Amino acid sequence: MSGVRALVLEQVPALRRYARALTGDRDRADDLVQDTLARALSRLHLWRPAASIRPWLFTIMHNLFLNERRRSSRMVPLGADPAEPAADRADSRALLDDLDRALGQLPDEQRAAVLLVGVEEMSYEDAANVLAIPIGTLMSRLSRGREQLRRLLDGDGRPRIRRVK
Amino acid sequence: MTGAPVSESDLQAFVDGRLAPARAAEIEAWLAERPEEAARIAALRQDRDALRAAYAAIAAEPIPARLAAVLEPRTTPAWRRVAAAVLIFVAGGAAGLAGGYYGWPDEPERRDVVRAAIGAHQVFVPEVRHPVEVGAAEEAHLVQWLSKRVGHPLKAPDLTASGFRLVGGRLLAESGRPAALFMYENAAGLRITIHCVSEPRAGETAFLYRKVGDVSAFYWIDEKLAYAVIGTVERDKLYEVARAVYAALDKK
Repeated sequence: MSGVRALVLEQVPALRRYARALTGDRDRADDLVQDTLARALSRLHLWRPAASIRPWLFTIMHNLFLNERRRSSRMVPLGADPAEPAADRADSRALLDDLDRALGQLPDEQRAAVLLVGVEEMSYEDAANVLAIPIGTLMSRLSRGREQLRRLLDGDGRPRIRRVK
Repeated sequence: MTGAPVSESDLQAFVDGRLAPARAAEIEAWLAERPEEAARIAALRQDRDALRAAYAAIAAEPIPARLAAVLEPRTTPAWRRVAAAVLIFVAGGAAGLAGGYYGWPDEPERRDVVRAAIGAHQVFVPEVRHPVEVGAAEEAHLVQWLSKRVGHPLKAPDLTASGFRLVGGRLLAESGRPAALFMYENAAGLRITIHCVSEPRAGETAFLYRKVGDVSAFYWIDEKLAYAVIGTVERDKLYEVARAVYAALDKK
């Protein structure tokens, strides 16, 4: 594996994590990663080695995600498992489901901002570049996204209002 | 000490621990006088930590083979090489095959088709009373009707050699396009479905495999139609069926 491919490979775990949190669906997330890798390979000549490869890959993924969202209205959604009461399952799995559900209620652009900064720990500048928005816009999406998430969760990731069985 | 007014951006940067120490100390002092605001900021930090912890497990997983394979374009998984070889054998020629095969991962639109087909499979296969719109008793009518709607001559392949008999079929709307579903069943009551939808960019591909939950699918494009063979079956078994379907369709 050449040097650049190895650099790309190093980013795959983070790309999978971001894609999973962004889409809320494991299978769709790996499709997104696969498309991102394929596109990145076909455009390696556009990547400037002086720049960090991470924001570049996330930018590609973000654009593919937006394309998919545009198409998805024409698609039969392959729903995840029908919602079972979260309390009946293992705790970590239930927590993940609750977070997925809460994140899923945010507008795409706020969810992306919250995840890039909070989970991927990207700099504000890199996150703004990935989303192709000014830093001020990023900060306001971050603030609004986190605020809405806070209303949906009670501070430790648990939903503020438990769903009634 | 800058004494600048505290903005929401300052507070977000405080949540993220990205302020210079002097400014962070100012924000801390500012929050100390505003318990409600301090509680809100503490909650934002907790939520962020919860997200970080919850999704960390995904980054810790080994990289799935299909993703690593994208980065190694020269090595193809063994079963795919076999699948491609068999298709070459069956089709009697490899023209156009390589292009379609390697071109696939860049075309997420095509994957939508197989997703939709798997979705339809999951919806209709459990149906006890109305799994199909037209039953096998009216096979000729069924095939004629679906061919007309899909816009290409179709066939309900004979899969008796693989142990499956036709149950019937129905018309689907996939991404706004008419699609045909043929359902088959074996003696054990196991059902598989075959989907056919017209493919705007005619071509040929090798068999491609995809699994969603416990549902497996092989899909390919042959001339102007995209096919998917779907079932809750082991890959090797489904591959046999897919080959049988391909062979039956090839006998024009």
